[in-house]
Amino acid sequence: MTESKFYSTTRRNLLMAGASGLIGSGLPMPAVLRAQTSALKVGVILPLSGVLSFPGIATQRGTDLAVRMFGDEGVKLEVSYADTESKPENGRLAAEKLIRDGATILIGAWDSGATISAAQAAEAAKVPLVVNVGSAPQITEQGFTQLFRNFPPSSEIVAKGVALFKDLPRGNGFDPKSAVVLHVNDTFGQATGGAVKAVFEKLGLGINILDVISYDARARDLSIEVAKAKATGADLVLPITRVNDAILIVREMIKQDYNPMAIYGPSSPGPYEKAFTDALGKFADEYMTSVPWYDPTTEIAKKVLARWAKDQPNDRFELNSGFGWESIQVVADAFTRAKSTKSEDLHAALKATNIKDHPMAGGPIAFDAKGQNTNIAIPLLQNQKGAPVVIAPAAAAGAKVKLPMTKWADRA
Amino acid sequence: MIELYAGVAINGLMIGAVYALVATGLNLIFGVMRVVNFAHGEIVVGGMYIGYGAWALLGLPTSVSVALAAIVMFGFGYCFQRLIGNQFANRPQHAQFVLYISLALIITGGLAMAFGPDPRSIQSAASFSVYKIGSLRVDATRLQAALSAAGVILALWLWLRFSLTGKALQAASQNIIGGRAIGIRIDHVFAIATGIGFACAGIAGALIAPLYDTTPYLSADFTLIAFIIVIVGGLASLPGAMLGGLIIGLVEGLAAILFDPSAKSLLSYGLLIAILLFRPMGLLGKRRAL
Repeated sequence: MTESKFYSTTRRNLLMAGASGLIGSGLPMPAVLRAQTSALKVGVILPLSGVLSFPGIATQRGTDLAVRMFGDEGVKLEVSYADTESKPENGRLAAEKLIRDGATILIGAWDSGATISAAQAAEAAKVPLVVNVGSAPQITEQGFTQLFRNFPPSSEIVAKGVALFKDLPRGNGFDPKSAVVLHVNDTFGQATGGAVKAVFEKLGLGINILDVISYDARARDLSIEVAKAKATGADLVLPITRVNDAILIVREMIKQDYNPMAIYGPSSPGPYEKAFTDALGKFADEYMTSVPWYDPTTEIAKKVLARWAKDQPNDRFELNSGFGWESIQVVADAFTRAKSTKSEDLHAALKATNIKDHPMAGGPIAFDAKGQNTNIAIPLLQNQKGAPVVIAPAAAAGAKVKLPMTKWADRA
Repeated sequence: MIELYAGVAINGLMIGAVYALVATGLNLIFGVMRVVNFAHGEIVVGGMYIGYGAWALLGLPTSVSVALAAIVMFGFGYCFQRLIGNQFANRPQHAQFVLYISLALIITGGLAMAFGPDPRSIQSAASFSVYKIGSLRVDATRLQAALSAAGVILALWLWLRFSLTGKALQAASQNIIGGRAIGIRIDHVFAIATGIGFACAGIAGALIAPLYDTTPYLSADFTLIAFIIVIVGGLASLPGAMLGGLIIGLVEGLAAILFDPSAKSLLSYGLLIAILLFRPMGLLGKRRAL
């Protein structure tokens, strides 16, 4: 649990605590105290420690930036964080704690497993949960009425990403006929790994998936998995990873001198993160992913990026910080329209969400009957010169794709 | 395909040699004092942090951090045994269990407070270096770790066989009362044994640090693997620990290839149950032999 400044004992907190007691005792709330509840208490569930802490902290940075930016515009949000310690089962505990502490709306939980766990507590307490990051398709398929996901399901990310991959120019040594999938065996990895195989077959890429290799999410050594992938002789490696395992896989590929035509992680978080490019340097280049990304051409994205550069000059604004930012934007928008801090009012406002100006690429943020935003765009990214750039679709491309990958031994 | 199996087998043997060093420390402490050190994995993780810290803060190579880990952990083990462990030497086993489990929790909590829960990795150009043997590519860092671990085990075995203190440790392991009668300072010998056991774990940790990311919560894995190796190889047998380590490393590697990477641990535990059923003293185990 990361303590926010709102946990410190102040005269205001004491008044709030007293007010809660009065509400609980059924006495009418004095006007002066009613004025103190104008700030919305938002509980944010994230993996702030453990194996998922890199993206969790990146999401927190984006969330905090949005709180500051909306705060400057007069939207009062009191944000408290709860750490899942990268354990899916802690999602529910974290949600329950935040609700007990007074949060009337939740955001979370970055990891699909923790999100499903937290959604159960949110459902029981009838507190809306805005999903910041979490791509397992089943999140919106379990009938949760309080859940609103501003992140695409992995099946959609994979389908849109692979469709772009299919259109990449062939030739000059890039014409893959076979592929191997390496995926982490948690909720996200299982769902995405299955989706990748299905989409490759459905879209008729002419690429044969030779093997699907899963590995433990806590694995410290992926040498055998990479050796097994190399033994297939696949032209294309499709890793479904987080950042730490993506680093391990590339390190092993270098050591084992496995030089496929391309490495492409459809819906794979990690390779666009600063931790990845910093750890691998020149070896991080030409690794491709397809994930939701910000649209640098929009005014709001420019504004967010400018403030980010000022507040976080040493960090990269990417998927996690972007959707962390947008999660607060969704909550702030609902709060502004609802003019209430009550969960049921916020829930009604969330259902009517229609945000046209937002930093991540895609159409307006709006939720369908299942609570899913279906308007998120999925570009194809490739790491070039130590940072991810959009290479497809052509309209949004910031650079040309470099394929086949430069052999490890040939990298200067 | 042969290349794949050979590569995985070599990899498994190399990591098995490092595991063997972890198990050697556990085995030595048990052999001399008949005490099960449940904090053994935590000592390994402590060694990993020494390796990481020596690299991150001082830029020291693994060879120096190994020596540092050996000295620090020997000192810690010796002092712990003299000050606390010896007070529990004649107490019931459950009291000893509680002592070592408490030590484990204190170390893990201390490391989490000091370093936080996030993974810490040693990043250097050496991380990518390999030795080429024909078409095989052998991870240089892993090979150096394996050879160092094997060297430490061999040196320890020779020391136990031929040095006066080593013989005193053997005498204490065979008959404590007899040892006292011929003038062996049992308290000192126990402290030496704990110091060496902790030093083995610390050295193994410093050797593992360049291979795996370091976090405070890795310890349970190391303690479990050390137990499996000790039981497979033979209680209180140093050659048994070496053999057990190599077998477990090999089995885990081949299981991942033949079945599924998730089957690695499954086969290790299967082997453990088989050994307990058919050769409970372990492959090279015999009563009171170091």
